[in-house]
Amino acid sequence: MALLTLMAAVTIGVVRLRNLFAVVILGSIYSFLMASVLIVLDAVDVAMTEASVGAGISTVLMLGTLYLTKTEEAAPKHSPVLPLFVAVVTASVLIYGTLDLPRFGEPNTAVHQNVAPRYLSKSIEETTVPNVVTSVLASYRGFDTLGETTVIFTAGIGVLLLLKGRRKKAENKTGDNA
Amino acid sequence: MRFDLILRVTAKLLLPFILLFALYVQFHGDFGPGGGFQAGVIAAAMIILYAIIFGLSAAKRVVPQGLVETLVPMGVLIFAGVGIATLFLGGNYLDYSALNHDDPAHGQHLGILLVEIGVFVTVSSTMTVIFYAFVGRGR
Repeated sequence: MALLTLMAAVTIGVVRLRNLFAVVILGSIYSFLMASVLIVLDAVDVAMTEASVGAGISTVLMLGTLYLTKTEEAAPKHSPVLPLFVAVVTASVLIYGTLDLPRFGEPNTAVHQNVAPRYLSKSIEETTVPNVVTSVLASYRGFDTLGETTVIFTAGIGVLLLLKGRRKKAENKTGDNA
Repeated sequence: MRFDLILRVTAKLLLPFILLFALYVQFHGDFGPGGGFQAGVIAAAMIILYAIIFGLSAAKRVVPQGLVETLVPMGVLIFAGVGIATLFLGGNYLDYSALNHDDPAHGQHLGILLVEIGVFVTVSSTMTVIFYAFVGRGR
């Protein structure tokens, strides 16, 4: 509960602050709090990912972007009423949706009925890997993980194409002007 | 590049331990939390820390841009290659049991290890490549 309150406080800070440097650091703090929440929920693997990607790499990339741009957010040109309305409606729809979800940790839900018990009971026997998260990720759901790796590959190639291609064009332009 | 003595000394102390921790997360992922993805990110974080403290050109001397750009598809190829290898050994695609017919469970273990290495290679090199691309742009 304390963690969630802190997260809410950080979110309000992110919305209210105009200094983007502070916003990036607050975003990193938010990720760390999220990682702590995930540890409380016993999802250590996810917490590790959140701490390293959310708080680490993306903060560095954001700071790298800030170095290229201004660190002060421009004052908004439009009135905040319409975005606020959209946000409130979306949030209420989402909260309404959670009412239908099973209670947290409920053993009789569909997720805990089909393949999960088999993974949990057979993982060591079939793969000799004690960490079920690893055996599900890499073996039982190997196809998904291959797709995931391909997505990361595609993302890397996409960023490379965007950033490198533009730089080459810019060089050509300056060459023409000179 | 300014010469920040404290930052440089501390970073130099930290770097080997970060790399060691990445390798630990990678190879201990079978027993504890972690795996290829997390280890890849941690390894990339080490390269990024090095680049921030010692400058981009120093980092590119240690980890050349061409090398990381080659490693980005290499990880996917390792992953998919394991799948192809299991096909040739008489199993289904990505059915690691085919890697060791006498002891299918051991084959599974080997397959998971290889596949995690593939994930590690792609994730760490992709993160590094994105960082290089961002920082290399200049104002």
